[in-house]
Amino acid sequence: MNLLHIPLIKALLKNRWPQFTIIVIALAGFILAILSGFFGTPVGSRNFGIIFVWIAWWAILMLVAVPFFGRGWCGICPIPAPGEWIQRGAMLGPRGQAKGATLSKSKGLGRRWPKRFRNIWLQNGSFLLVALFSTVILTQPRVTAIVLVAFLFVAVGASLIFERRAFCRYLCPVGGFIGLYSQLAPVEVRVVDTAVCKSHTEKTCYTGNDDGYGCPWDVFPPGMVKNTYCGTCMECLRTCPHDNIAINIRAIGTDLSVERNRKLDEAYKAFIMLGAAAVYSAVLLGPWGTLKLAAYSVGTLPWMAYATSFLTLILLALPGIFWLMVWFGKRLSDASQPTKKLFISQAYALIPLGLTAWIAFSLSFVFANFSYVLVALSDPFGWGWDLIGTAGIGWTPWLTNLTPFLQVGVLVGGFIWAAITSSKIASEKLDAARAARLSTPVIGFCLVFTLTLMGLLIA
Amino acid sequence: MNEKLARIFVIVLLLGGSIAIGISWWSDQVDVITLHARMPEEGGWTPADLTIEAGQPLHLHLTSDDVIHSFAIGQSDQPAVDIKPGEMTKLTLTFDQPGTYTFYCTRWCGANHWRMRGTIIVTGEEVEQADESPLYLELGLDIDAVHEAQVVPDEKPSVQRGKETFAQFPILNAQTYQSLDYYRSHSPEQVWQEMRGDEMLTSHTDQQLWDAVAFIWQSNTTPEALLEAEELYAENCAACHGVSGAGDGVFSGEQVPVTGESHDSQTGHEIVHATDFTDPYHILSTSPAASQGKLIRGGMGTGMPMWGVISTEEQTWSLVSYLYSFQFEEAQ
Repeated sequence: MNLLHIPLIKALLKNRWPQFTIIVIALAGFILAILSGFFGTPVGSRNFGIIFVWIAWWAILMLVAVPFFGRGWCGICPIPAPGEWIQRGAMLGPRGQAKGATLSKSKGLGRRWPKRFRNIWLQNGSFLLVALFSTVILTQPRVTAIVLVAFLFVAVGASLIFERRAFCRYLCPVGGFIGLYSQLAPVEVRVVDTAVCKSHTEKTCYTGNDDGYGCPWDVFPPGMVKNTYCGTCMECLRTCPHDNIAINIRAIGTDLSVERNRKLDEAYKAFIMLGAAAVYSAVLLGPWGTLKLAAYSVGTLPWMAYATSFLTLILLALPGIFWLMVWFGKRLSDASQPTKKLFISQAYALIPLGLTAWIAFSLSFVFANFSYVLVALSDPFGWGWDLIGTAGIGWTPWLTNLTPFLQVGVLVGGFIWAAITSSKIASEKLDAARAARLSTPVIGFCLVFTLTLMGLLIA
Repeated sequence: MNEKLARIFVIVLLLGGSIAIGISWWSDQVDVITLHARMPEEGGWTPADLTIEAGQPLHLHLTSDDVIHSFAIGQSDQPAVDIKPGEMTKLTLTFDQPGTYTFYCTRWCGANHWRMRGTIIVTGEEVEQADESPLYLELGLDIDAVHEAQVVPDEKPSVQRGKETFAQFPILNAQTYQSLDYYRSHSPEQVWQEMRGDEMLTSHTDQQLWDAVAFIWQSNTTPEALLEAEELYAENCAACHGVSGAGDGVFSGEQVPVTGESHDSQTGHEIVHATDFTDPYHILSTSPAASQGKLIRGGMGTGMPMWGVISTEEQTWSLVSYLYSFQFEEAQ
């Protein structure tokens, strides 16, 4: 079903104002988070920066935006906005500029992103960098503010040096996993008919025209078969003169069945996210004080031991065990494909497992701490304000009785989804019996991971 | 036109919002002092020194940057106010008398909780008051001298039994031993030794005389004073000296002297354990005057804080009496 057949949705998405308004409001919130980090109370539970970034935004992102809208957040993210405004020399969009301007031409240096980095390895690295310091970032408003400012500066810098949204596509630590998990979303931006695109020699969806910019994400819409790198910015919707863009409602996880473009960097992203969910669950929610202290004591010997273990688990142990499982599966099924190729393709089964792991992890603290959001709204700096009369609300955990059941449901669902995905991927080149033999060890891996996370989160 | 509108929208929202926040902050600061409380290791009170004119209201916004603290003023009836992390507690104080007041934390916020103090200097025309020296100075006691009782009782002296024994004392002797001045200037051991050498009391056993000492200590205080002292002890002393007085409080051994007396080549500090009030050799050889001196002056580098600026004289004497209760079996 193409949502653009609904006139109101089409009008809202084609018009630049609704999106622009949301971005500016989000930017105001982003700046408030930075200001409160620097000038507000250092007590995380009463600081807007901590509460809004790590509880409110995170809840919206992991429980709503990513599962239901894929990269929907990227379409309204305020971080690249200032850089993009400078790059374009405009805030709102083309109509306000001199007619006939080459809208895709950058006001910055406009360089192409280096070819060797046209993958998500840098995003894998930037996520790990943030993850290693996460206990400090998540609890200290000033550190959160520094990280947010750093994001802003890097995004502006990338916009000035490179064309389009280089930061979002290649550097953003969050964008990497949003892209990975957006493959599961029940919505997609696609072209209606590729034949129309073939005959459209100007390719304005990529180059831009008077109605909009060339794809900021450096994606060629007619060739798009997955959500991974589509930032849902809607520029192609505005620039296509043939009304050939669709926003389709589809079955969840459709992109996982697409054989094309399965890559090692994305496979590793799946491991990084899977491992990080487990480590966060142990460190942030587990009962081990020594582990918490080590993760918190940045720069000390215990922290270095923690960081080394964290990286070893995520980059070596998990992929290593998974490689062994795939190797076993290959032996059992007598598959002819190289182990590396099987390893990469089977790793895509970890994408639903990873998303559900993050949802289960987020459920642990989002509802329990959501009452802080009302307090932070009323007194964002902890200066004694009471803007909306909710500053005096005490900590009130919500749905704590229900949370474990939700978590079990989500984790079991994720495991089943991963098992089905593994079997489907295995079936692409093998008959049913051999495919089952190939995927059995992988499913075993997923089961052990699910039980481990269940133990960490619930037991 | 659209682009201009967009720019105005951004400027109004972002710049206007920032200016509104700045103005709100500025207006909150007029005539108000925001007092930040942090664990002493992280800086204690900020600012730690406040000045106000006598009779003028001192508007305080109290907030904690880490754990729960409490704000109280020494030698004052002002009730302690809790300061919760990230919350702003508003308090207005007015001081009628010029002088220097000490404000302090009453919550066990950390190992160095007792260091969390600040001063309020109240300016104005000071009324001259008689300067009374504490008793230990009048008596010329060296309260830092090492001392140990030569004689201690075989069993815990009983106030009840002591009362019965004391009733048998000749009146004149009884009046001497029970007088306030005598009690405050002598250690229990000294009193026992003098009784033991008293020709009128030779018929009493050693234990009976220890019981009489217990009664003398009990009769120089009141149940109300002991009750108040028990609360003060729990609030201010038990963290180091322990609820049972055995020097085994949660922060015992974590105290470090601020400067000097360093025996630890690595940290520059030595660990000082809190005094064990259940140790008869120590406490029975300490006079109430010496105990009061330690309380009001502090331990000078041992981790024992000075309470002279916090507790009233009456409270200090009550606490002194309470400390000896760890040695004596109270009357039922």
